[in-house]
Amino acid sequence: MQFPESWLRAFVDVGLSTDELAEQLTMAGLEVEGVEPAAAPFSGVLVARIESVQAHPDADKLKICQVNAGGKMLQIVCGAPNAASGMVVPLATVGAVLPGGLKIGVAKMRGVESSGMLCSAKELGLSQEHGGLMALDERLPVGTDIRAALQLDEMLFTLKLTPNRADCLSILGVAREVAALNGCKINDTAVPEVTPVIEDRMAVTIQDTDLCGRFTGRIIRDVDAHAPTPDWMVQRLERSGQRSVSALVDISNYLMLERGRPTHVFDIDKMTKHELNVRWARAGETLKLLNGDTVELTPQMGVITADDRVESLAGVMGGDETAVTLDTRNIYLEAAFWWPDSIAGRARALKVPSEAAHRYERGVDFEQIVADIERLSALILEVCGGKPGPVEDLVVNIPQKPLVSMRLSRCQKILGMPVTQEQVSEVFTRLGFHWTRNDDVFEVVSPSYRFDITIEEDLIEEVARMIGFDNIPVRPPVAHAKMHFAPEAKRGAHALRDLMVSRDFQEVINFSFVDQAWENDWLGQPKPIALVNPITSQMSVMRSSLMPSLVANVAYNANRKQSRVRVFEIGRVFERDDRIKSGDLSVAGVSQPIKLAGAAWGTMAHDQWGLNARAVDFFDIKRDLEVLFGPRVGEVRFEATKHSLFHPGRSAAILLDGQPCGVIGELHPQWVRQEGLHSAPVLFEVDIHAVSSTGLPKPRALSKQPVVQRDMALWVCANITVQAILDTIHKTIASDPALSIVLDAQLFDVWQAKDRDDSGQTDAAEVSLAFRFWLQDPDVTLEDERVDRCLSVIRETLETAHGARQR
Amino acid sequence: MSNSLEDLVNQALQAFKNAADAASLENAKAGFLGKQGSITERMKGLSKLDVAQKKEEGARINAAKQAIEAALTVRRQAMAEAELSKELAQQTIDVTLPGRGLGRGAVHPVIKTWQRIEAIFGSIGFDVADGPEIENDWTNFTALNNPLNHPARSMQDTFYVDMSDDQGLPLLLRTHTSPMQVRYARMHRPPIKVIAPGRTYRVDSDATHSPMFHQVEGLWIDDNISFADLKGVYTDFLRCFFETDDLKIRFRPSFFPFTEPSAEIDMMFTSGPQKGRWLEISGAGQVHPDVVRNFGLDPEQHVGFAFGSGLERLTMLRYGVHDLRQFFEGDLRFLAQFAD
Repeated sequence: MQFPESWLRAFVDVGLSTDELAEQLTMAGLEVEGVEPAAAPFSGVLVARIESVQAHPDADKLKICQVNAGGKMLQIVCGAPNAASGMVVPLATVGAVLPGGLKIGVAKMRGVESSGMLCSAKELGLSQEHGGLMALDERLPVGTDIRAALQLDEMLFTLKLTPNRADCLSILGVAREVAALNGCKINDTAVPEVTPVIEDRMAVTIQDTDLCGRFTGRIIRDVDAHAPTPDWMVQRLERSGQRSVSALVDISNYLMLERGRPTHVFDIDKMTKHELNVRWARAGETLKLLNGDTVELTPQMGVITADDRVESLAGVMGGDETAVTLDTRNIYLEAAFWWPDSIAGRARALKVPSEAAHRYERGVDFEQIVADIERLSALILEVCGGKPGPVEDLVVNIPQKPLVSMRLSRCQKILGMPVTQEQVSEVFTRLGFHWTRNDDVFEVVSPSYRFDITIEEDLIEEVARMIGFDNIPVRPPVAHAKMHFAPEAKRGAHALRDLMVSRDFQEVINFSFVDQAWENDWLGQPKPIALVNPITSQMSVMRSSLMPSLVANVAYNANRKQSRVRVFEIGRVFERDDRIKSGDLSVAGVSQPIKLAGAAWGTMAHDQWGLNARAVDFFDIKRDLEVLFGPRVGEVRFEATKHSLFHPGRSAAILLDGQPCGVIGELHPQWVRQEGLHSAPVLFEVDIHAVSSTGLPKPRALSKQPVVQRDMALWVCANITVQAILDTIHKTIASDPALSIVLDAQLFDVWQAKDRDDSGQTDAAEVSLAFRFWLQDPDVTLEDERVDRCLSVIRETLETAHGARQR
Repeated sequence: MSNSLEDLVNQALQAFKNAADAASLENAKAGFLGKQGSITERMKGLSKLDVAQKKEEGARINAAKQAIEAALTVRRQAMAEAELSKELAQQTIDVTLPGRGLGRGAVHPVIKTWQRIEAIFGSIGFDVADGPEIENDWTNFTALNNPLNHPARSMQDTFYVDMSDDQGLPLLLRTHTSPMQVRYARMHRPPIKVIAPGRTYRVDSDATHSPMFHQVEGLWIDDNISFADLKGVYTDFLRCFFETDDLKIRFRPSFFPFTEPSAEIDMMFTSGPQKGRWLEISGAGQVHPDVVRNFGLDPEQHVGFAFGSGLERLTMLRYGVHDLRQFFEGDLRFLAQFAD
């Protein structure tokens, strides 16, 4: 809400500077967002009168004006078509600086000297429109500075009000607050009654009392709708952000700004009968609003009807049919109390901008309604004349203000400060509350304009607000020193981040909503969870995997000349899942686990002197994953799998204890091409739980016996996986007690002849695998025969099971 | 036998000195101490002498032999040292060449803030909670005292998904981290002391708003946690987070459905490049009694405060980042600057 400072000070003048006043309002919860002068800075512009106008001898469009600048006559050349003798206009004198920094000097225009410039409102930053020279009130004293003459240095306050303080959506409301804060009174706002001179009445029926609690109005005949709105009112309206329209509209708007009361003025000559009915709309009814929009009404919307025809959308906007025009003669003024819940959300649902609804849905004073109609009448009579009828006030269902109790002890407990009885009494009195006290308990009835005082805490907030939040102590908290610490056997997300970072991955954060094509095509998700109201189609569905976003990160950086990209993200992914029930940390039907995903593309390491540049590959990233699994890496298996995102021969499912917990693979060449990458990134994604649990270390005592190390190289068919061989080795060891001395077996070399070699001994269809075995008997030194026996058993089993040959 | 023993020793010293390498040194040694060496010959000559002479002459020869042997040892050591020096010189590397291998990445700046906030609140015993981002209407709105037709619920503000809860109300992307207050408080008994950082979503996208952003929620409920405690905790937090006492902090009245009294927390740097402007940093207040009831607690017995702050905002102020969108573009040139 915007308003000129002088309007507020007309209601309550406190000995505070503009800045102090703004600060006080802000710290009372009426945030002052801006304090700006009514006009942008400019200087050296005077009120001047054009005494004579002559044509320029050498230019058709220029005029030579003799201008009275208060005591001296100046010659000014001017191009405005509306320049005329006798006109009072702004004159930028020599040395003046206009908005935007334009400096005025003596100029020759087509050979004629000009000692300044006559200005339009636009040139002074007072209007957007270039309507020729700005015509000033002829009564303004010539020669005075225009900023003083038009009060252009006046400050405009812009308040950002919270929705609970609708009572401050008016000058009167803000003035009440200022008065309460400073312990002073506001200037007399009592409104004298207008004496009716005619008997005409509107017959009003409130059919639905849950919609409307009070309906008040009066007829005024013979108004002059052509009458101009007085300048002082136009100025206050404009400085409050309201454009002047016509006297009747302006006055209604003025009342709303001054007293917070939206009203409506009907042209009663456009009504067939002088009868109004207030009811809920019926399905199928429509109304053309006075802004020209036609809206479909629903039974949730209130209407005012005449002769069963909808004339107005209750609390939102009047209808076009009975709107006042410049030809209007006879009018009905209406003010009502609409129940906030019966208005809330309607204007927004219909996309109708409405200052009235903004106030009504938050609550408008239901007691001052007659006084407000009187004030409206008085202003109309003053400006437009007319013959007023009697005020009719129909009261059917107005709120009962609740008695709200506040315990002083509770107030002290909530605020954490020793508030006294005297302080509270003072606060409640200043705020105009009706209150009594019984020992610790204050019983309070708030005024009819406050809709936000319903429970004890509301009163506590008022006490805090008026005492000042700044005066509440800043207390270092005191609490029981109870230790708590995360379990050692679990790694949190931050520990995983540190691990990824130490392996040269950069963390990124991508949006949780993505392009549907990623889900459908890249991930084979036919029906991802979709947003009902996405911002763009590229952000229309919830992602079921972090990986496509990482591919986008790779492409983004590749396009910016990065030779390698290593990124990771930790975040939730989303899928429909009927098995998920509503729980402490779950929402029924939605699986939303946290995943860790990574992508690497380009060279393995940054270009450096000591390493040969090579592209990152599957096994580089597999190693990163193995490190992620930490001590549980032995329980992890990688099984070749097919995944629509990945190269069909270069992707694996990751299993922990036999359960799938992630995937790893090279991006499918199709998507590599689509993204315009010169090579394929390697990607992985794992369930964060799978890499979070590390267990506790379980160290064993060391044996003093020496460990024997033996190698075994075998030829196997190339289509046999290393995992299959290792499984056989481990099974063999486990099933033969004599082999219990084999501590460990590991693959340490793989060799494959690319072509048949000269000796013809090898075949590309075969691969040589070299394993290293470690053996130890904890009790005795091993003899060669025992070691040999163990290795023979293993070799023979591999020969039988996999057709392996010793190399 | 014209050479005296002294001469022999001198000759040996000279010969050793002249030996350029180990082989010539061993040759030189043989000339004196070898089987046909001068000293050895002298020793052999002793047998011709009588006992008294033998003893005297023997002692002299022995002394000369020892002198030669000592000189040999010295020369051998000198040679070994020279050899080693040469070898070491050959093995010298350019220690200014860069180290080899992978570098180190960086945590995302917003996550850095997240981690620091966890550490700061953890230092006074706050737990950390995390929960669903697709939320139901009750937990995101109703439980937090947001009336059914509150504008925050509109499609202009809240993202809805194509699924509904068991009440038939559409599921949504949580608009704040406050639902975690409700979830956590319903899982625990007071004292409840928790922060809940995480992703949040609102229908808003421009230079200063991202449709996805991060918040941290804080909640402390016990028998006697007051607004003064809120001021104490949050003031302390800001001073820790920005590592400065050159901060002004103000709490001004505001309105949120889920707190009463409610405050907007502003801060102002009193030094540095951002000094002199009030900056909105958090919404906070004493938890509304209806919300405490929705926690499953009795507001007569349990009171306390809650706050919610934007992690992007804190991060931008901390590091002097001016464009919010950079956090979500994944540009390595930007992100790598936050390495530690």
